[in-house]
Amino acid sequence: MKRFFLSTVTLLALWAMVLVGLPAAAQAKTIKVGAILAETGGASFLGGPEARTIRMLVEKINAAGGVNGDTIELIIKDSASTPEKAISFAKQLIEEEKVLAIVGPSTSGETMSIKQICEDGKTILLSCAAAEVIVNPVGRYVFKTPQKDSDAVKKIYMAMQKMGVAKIAVLSDNTGFGKAGKEQLEAIAPEFAIQIVANEVYDKGATDLSAVVTKIRADKNVQAVVNWSIVPAQAIVAKNIRQAGWDVPIFQSHGFGNIKYVEAAGIAAEGIIFPAGRLLVADTLSADHPQKSVLVQYRDEYEAKFQEPASTFGGHGYDAIMILVNAMKAAGSNDSEKVRDAIENMKGFVGTGGVFNFSATDHNGLDIDSFAMLTVKDGKFVLYNK
Amino acid sequence: MKARKFFPILLLLLVLIVVQQLTRLTGTAYYLTQMTMTAYYALLVIGLCLVMGYAGQISLGHAGFFAIGGYTSAVLTTFDLTPLLDKGNSAIGFLTTNGLLAERQSLYGESLLSVNPWLACVAALLLTIIIAFCIGIPVLKLKGHYLAMATLGFGIIIYRVALATEIFGGADGISAVPGFPLLPGIVVSGDFSNRVQNYYIACCLLLLGFLLLQNLIDSRVGRALRAIHGSEEAANAMGVNTARYKLYTFVVSAVFAALAGIFLTHYNGGIGPSEAGIMKSVRYVAIVAIGGMANLWGALTMAAVLNFLSLRGMFGSYDDAVFGVILIIIMLFAPQGLLRRQVWQFFKKSGSDN
Amino acid sequence: MTSQLFLQYLFAGITYGIIYAIVAIGFNIIYNTTGIINFAQGEFVMLGGMIAISLHAILPLPLAIGLAVISTMLIGALIEILFIRWLRSPSVLRMIIITIGLSILIREAALHIWGENVRSLPYFNGNEISSIQLLGANISPQVLWVIGICSIMVMLLSLFFKFTSLGQEMRACAANRLAATLCGISTKNMVTFSFMLSAGIGALAGCVVSPITYTQYDSGTALAIKGFTVAVLGGLGNSLAAVLAGILLGVIESFSISVVPLAFQDAISIGILLIILFVRPHGLFGSREAAGLKEF
Repeated sequence: MKRFFLSTVTLLALWAMVLVGLPAAAQAKTIKVGAILAETGGASFLGGPEARTIRMLVEKINAAGGVNGDTIELIIKDSASTPEKAISFAKQLIEEEKVLAIVGPSTSGETMSIKQICEDGKTILLSCAAAEVIVNPVGRYVFKTPQKDSDAVKKIYMAMQKMGVAKIAVLSDNTGFGKAGKEQLEAIAPEFAIQIVANEVYDKGATDLSAVVTKIRADKNVQAVVNWSIVPAQAIVAKNIRQAGWDVPIFQSHGFGNIKYVEAAGIAAEGIIFPAGRLLVADTLSADHPQKSVLVQYRDEYEAKFQEPASTFGGHGYDAIMILVNAMKAAGSNDSEKVRDAIENMKGFVGTGGVFNFSATDHNGLDIDSFAMLTVKDGKFVLYNK
Repeated sequence: MKARKFFPILLLLLVLIVVQQLTRLTGTAYYLTQMTMTAYYALLVIGLCLVMGYAGQISLGHAGFFAIGGYTSAVLTTFDLTPLLDKGNSAIGFLTTNGLLAERQSLYGESLLSVNPWLACVAALLLTIIIAFCIGIPVLKLKGHYLAMATLGFGIIIYRVALATEIFGGADGISAVPGFPLLPGIVVSGDFSNRVQNYYIACCLLLLGFLLLQNLIDSRVGRALRAIHGSEEAANAMGVNTARYKLYTFVVSAVFAALAGIFLTHYNGGIGPSEAGIMKSVRYVAIVAIGGMANLWGALTMAAVLNFLSLRGMFGSYDDAVFGVILIIIMLFAPQGLLRRQVWQFFKKSGSDN
Repeated sequence: MTSQLFLQYLFAGITYGIIYAIVAIGFNIIYNTTGIINFAQGEFVMLGGMIAISLHAILPLPLAIGLAVISTMLIGALIEILFIRWLRSPSVLRMIIITIGLSILIREAALHIWGENVRSLPYFNGNEISSIQLLGANISPQVLWVIGICSIMVMLLSLFFKFTSLGQEMRACAANRLAATLCGISTKNMVTFSFMLSAGIGALAGCVVSPITYTQYDSGTALAIKGFTVAVLGGLGNSLAAVLAGILLGVIESFSISVVPLAFQDAISIGILLIILFVRPHGLFGSREAAGLKEF
């Protein structure tokens, strides 16, 4: 009995706490924008830079007077890379905070689990995850900023064709990014007359992969290896391949777009070819390239503020929040439906991922030209010109 | 005796109703969403409390049973059987004519045909019971660290299988799981319009589970369990079939976990491999420990409070850290849990001393 | 399978195994003196690596590693003094939960101190791609470092426990706490010391494997689970058995890749562990009588 009363008291106290904790009164002239990002957990290497970028940008926008006279109130929720938390937060942001839009989540699994919720709640979702199923089929309120996996795959296969490669081995990580990439690689291979002769998935927490390298190397036909991954373990693959004395061309995905991974792979990263947005090679772009000023500015601001190299992951966050802000400006109002329409009709927006041209059937807005083929030379990213 | 036992539960029911009415009056009905999710996690925790607190057996793999329930139900209710039916598969035809399949529309208007949620639920529970028996018989012979390791290992295997298998959606998990129509008009689903209904479904399930466990503990089984907890050898010597009692409680708690998994998966409309993760299992064990081990009320309260706060993102990026701190503090200073009279008296005493 | 391929798999397996074994040894030391499995052992491995990486920015490599080992030992001692020393005969369950709590705490602290980025120490010899030809197969020089340090560690530890009085006192604690106390051994100090020792060994392991596996705030957990698996597989408390079990498990994992998809690798190794637990719970190389005497 005593226990029961203690339980009741605790529950009621908690309830009172929650009620007291309610915002006293919504401040006038603010517009709420939510973000669900994996700042901790398995995808923190994505969510971390995204959250930092978004905080930095919102601070800057508010300092400049906000949008349409309203300051943005940013509510970042850390999903710890788990769908169940993303679901809980999405419902909370939509119903309780009544946000204009949600930026994120960082992974495709989380995005897919809240896609329906955002559709039902008529709230704009600007996903920072790459998988194409997010916008195909198109959901009315769901957009995404990273480039299409299929375009990345095509870029890779085109480079392979030029090299005369026909038989490849595919390695991918076991995250949503790796899974989506693997599916696209398999689906598009016949188009380019490329044959996948070995196909393996490794764990995001892998410590050493020399055994799997041995396995794919056992097939003498393999002319190139595609290592499609977004996790740090991808650097281990490159290292183990070179350690084994195997001089095969290594292709990676746009998930390699973080200079930390190059540092981790060290000299083994030299010569890796991969498609990515142009953020990583901003300096080498010609001055009249449309993206040049945006890229240099974002990179310099980010690096000055956080003392760490900018990555394309943070760039996805940049694109999401800037698309939203520009749509708000274009709509001239902070009404959810009008902003949604403004995003859908947005043309020629220059972001870090490329030049976005949205339409009713394309909620990604990027085409294959948003990718450039890069390679690693002397520990730095440079354009791959072959 | 009887009245004394039911009285607190009736009161709890009353509290739950008052809470719902309060949210209605204050226009904060959105709290019910996370309360519903919390109730399902609490269902798992009280089941685990039976195994840990009363039978004295640690299980670091209960998230595995949650995932078995959730994934089985999710796969069966989302897997589209239309192509098989078109091919004239006789088994599918049989299922259709007996009303065991459910037709529904996808988000984009295609018609989908998959297993009826009731059938899926029964299948998931059966599978859980079979697996729990198969795992329980050898595992429960182990003790101490070996038991911890074996259950942890079981959890890891389930996690790995969920992550590596195509049909379970890999890292993305399964989304777009349809609602679970319990009775005509009563559906377990996350639609905004179904919120109040679902709050009561979850609460009723939790209360029923609680009632069942309380009865179990006060029965002959409960006495046997307490004997096992005290000293397994002595219990054996007294003629208690310890192995059988341990196994039964293990299976019962696995069923609780699977039920929580099934309902929450339908409520959330999806499930991901993180639900099977080691950290989840650790979290459940920790909540039982914080609640005071052999203390159903404690487990229930702590599960409600901690899960609710965590699901609301109260601790931001410090979610796990806060959890670790609470865990250590309670284990160091109040290993019998917070909801004990001694603890409150201690505070009273130290308060009056000052 | 050609002999060259066979050797390559074998070396890969030894690499895995030796990494697991070097982590497992840390588990065994604390278990031997206290009967506790320290679930935060993996975090010592991560801390050693992280501290060494940070120090390496200003100090030469050997000095950085040395300091990292010493500071992790101090952290280990501090943890024991703060959280474990003053508990009166805690139950196994309570100790499991406390050490799990500690591991969560250390991991989250590392996340907020070092961030989510992956780091690594440089290779002790050569670089990322250098390898040594051995019977037609390639092996990274760092693996030889790990094997070397692991063997020296096992050797020194067995000498330490056999011939130094401190080591003997620690073993006495393990055998019978009460009797040891009656003989005038300060059992509490012995426990503190065993935490220091195992933290130091964990940290050293973290440093030597860092170039191969990289170090991230959460890399301790995965290593700890494998290390624990290996410790149990060999028979808890026996370091030499842990090395053998580690290599055995590593080789099984590596050869399993040649037939089963890599994605199921962990499920297989844990499955093996479960089977061993069911049929030989005292481990592959442990003795049933000795295991029976241990309190759980």
